[in-house]
Amino acid sequence: MLIAQEFVRPIIDWHGVAPELTLLAIGAMVTLVDIIWNEKAQRIIPTLTGLGFLAALLPVLTLWSDRDELPRVMWDGAYVVDEYSLVLKGLFLVSAYVVVLLATNYMHDGDYYEGEFYQLVSASVVGMLVMTSARDLISIFVAIELISIPAYLMAAWRKRDLKSNEAGLKYMLMGVFASALMLYGMSLLYGFAGDTRLAAIAPALRSSESIPLITLAVVFVVVGFGFKVSAVPFHTWAPDTYEGAPTPLTAFLAVASKAAGFVALMSVVIVAFPEQSGVAEPLLWVLAAVTMTVGNLIAMRQTNIVRMLAYSGIAQAGYMIAPLAVFGDVPSSAARAIVIYLVIYAAMNLGAFAVVITAARKTRSGEISSYGGLFQYAPGLAVLMTLFLFSLAGIPPFGGWYAKYQVFLVLVEPATTAGYVLAAIGAVNAVLAAFYYLSIMKQMWFMPEPNGDHTRVQITPSLQAALAITAIVTLVTGVLPGVIPDVGDLVVALP
Amino acid sequence: MEVTETWYLLLSALLFALGATGLLIRRNPLVMFMCVELMLNAVNISFVAFSNALDDLSGQTAVFFVLVVAAAEVVVGLSLTVAVLRRRPEATADDIASLRG
Repeated sequence: MLIAQEFVRPIIDWHGVAPELTLLAIGAMVTLVDIIWNEKAQRIIPTLTGLGFLAALLPVLTLWSDRDELPRVMWDGAYVVDEYSLVLKGLFLVSAYVVVLLATNYMHDGDYYEGEFYQLVSASVVGMLVMTSARDLISIFVAIELISIPAYLMAAWRKRDLKSNEAGLKYMLMGVFASALMLYGMSLLYGFAGDTRLAAIAPALRSSESIPLITLAVVFVVVGFGFKVSAVPFHTWAPDTYEGAPTPLTAFLAVASKAAGFVALMSVVIVAFPEQSGVAEPLLWVLAAVTMTVGNLIAMRQTNIVRMLAYSGIAQAGYMIAPLAVFGDVPSSAARAIVIYLVIYAAMNLGAFAVVITAARKTRSGEISSYGGLFQYAPGLAVLMTLFLFSLAGIPPFGGWYAKYQVFLVLVEPATTAGYVLAAIGAVNAVLAAFYYLSIMKQMWFMPEPNGDHTRVQITPSLQAALAITAIVTLVTGVLPGVIPDVGDLVVALP
Repeated sequence: MEVTETWYLLLSALLFALGATGLLIRRNPLVMFMCVELMLNAVNISFVAFSNALDDLSGQTAVFFVLVVAAAEVVVGLSLTVAVLRRRPEATADDIASLRG
């Protein structure tokens, strides 16, 4: 039945895939260094990995400076390098660099396996880079698994701790379940469209007549991604995994891995479902409204700061889903608002985690009550945490307000009731969120240190660098929001 | 009676539902993991059935990727299960609850 076609070697644009190849080479190099020099190399491996991420940033910059050549379309439109993907590649590489800075001392002092950890981080980041350019169901699936499978292992990295084992197992079971749901939806989409490329699926779905089954496919795919971005009611794995996993990895999951889920959701929904907005929009509307409200309400009751940040991250994910609830009318501005939100969210959330990791070096605790007296013994840390929390709460002039402002602009742009109502829900939630962010500030600034211990916190150079990078980005994006490059339209062209 | 693609699609839907139900009601981590594998293989049947019906190869290509990824997931999943069961033999999903969502 199937006619054998003559194999035609695809033309590969080596410059276009240079970031992924560089990172792949770095990952292999880290593995070799770890195997050859073993114990002796433990000190330089984090530095090597961090520099590797910055090295992979170079081809991203050269591609950006060569913007006239964009979009670079490869493999019959399955892989596209456009401005959208370049901005996101930059975001993932810088976030991963900050995560390595956060992990350096944590992994060494905790006496965990170091070489393997950084190899897995680089593997996961390769998946993220692929994800930004993937415009095909199969490559999206492979990218999402390349991101997740190393993350399952890293979540269970503190292997003598039952909590960490549990975190890894829960994350793995829920993650694989979500992948299966997503894949089933993808197989149905393929069945109706006869093509796995997103840009080819859109016109094919338009002419198809099996509306109920297409609806089912859209629901399966959106729900599968809902797990990955920890949208309520598919969020239950997130707080447990975040608390049990090593904290630097939690920062990685909460920022980079979640952002990758959003990239996949955005690409699929905006490119493949423009005709299905009648199905996808109400579904995403409900997800956004429920996610921000439930996330905020549960965050208020948390006493552990990592769990609180987990729920606050869930609530923030609600804001990031919100623009997709009106994507049918304004696809380009929805994508732009989400990318801006992702960039600013990455900076402020990584910053908050950097403070949590630094403070835990002294307090050895994740409880919010242990933050008492932080201002007396570590004023700099308290000021930085205040900056990140103000930004998360959306108070000007820090980055967070601009991200939220963009989301509200997109929601009111089509002038529909649904958009206005969702914007109102978002505004109420911003007030709710301020409540628990401020309660941490109260602890830091006004409460006494619980044990009366006023020794200073030792901030290592790598943590200093992480705090500096995140604080600068959070401040600059708030004061000069124009610095975030415009992502333009998602390229949907087929060659 | 001729066996058409619809039969295969129904089989795939049935296996998928079976796997999903199993995952939600069974409490042994190992059996839950087997249920997920059942779901992934149901997806494979669906891909192959569509590929055959459409006379298009990309569905069968997808199956290869799903198989490889499923194999990688088995490696990771089993190692995590072993890590948990080594500390707590006879553990069920209800016992693995020192963290409460």
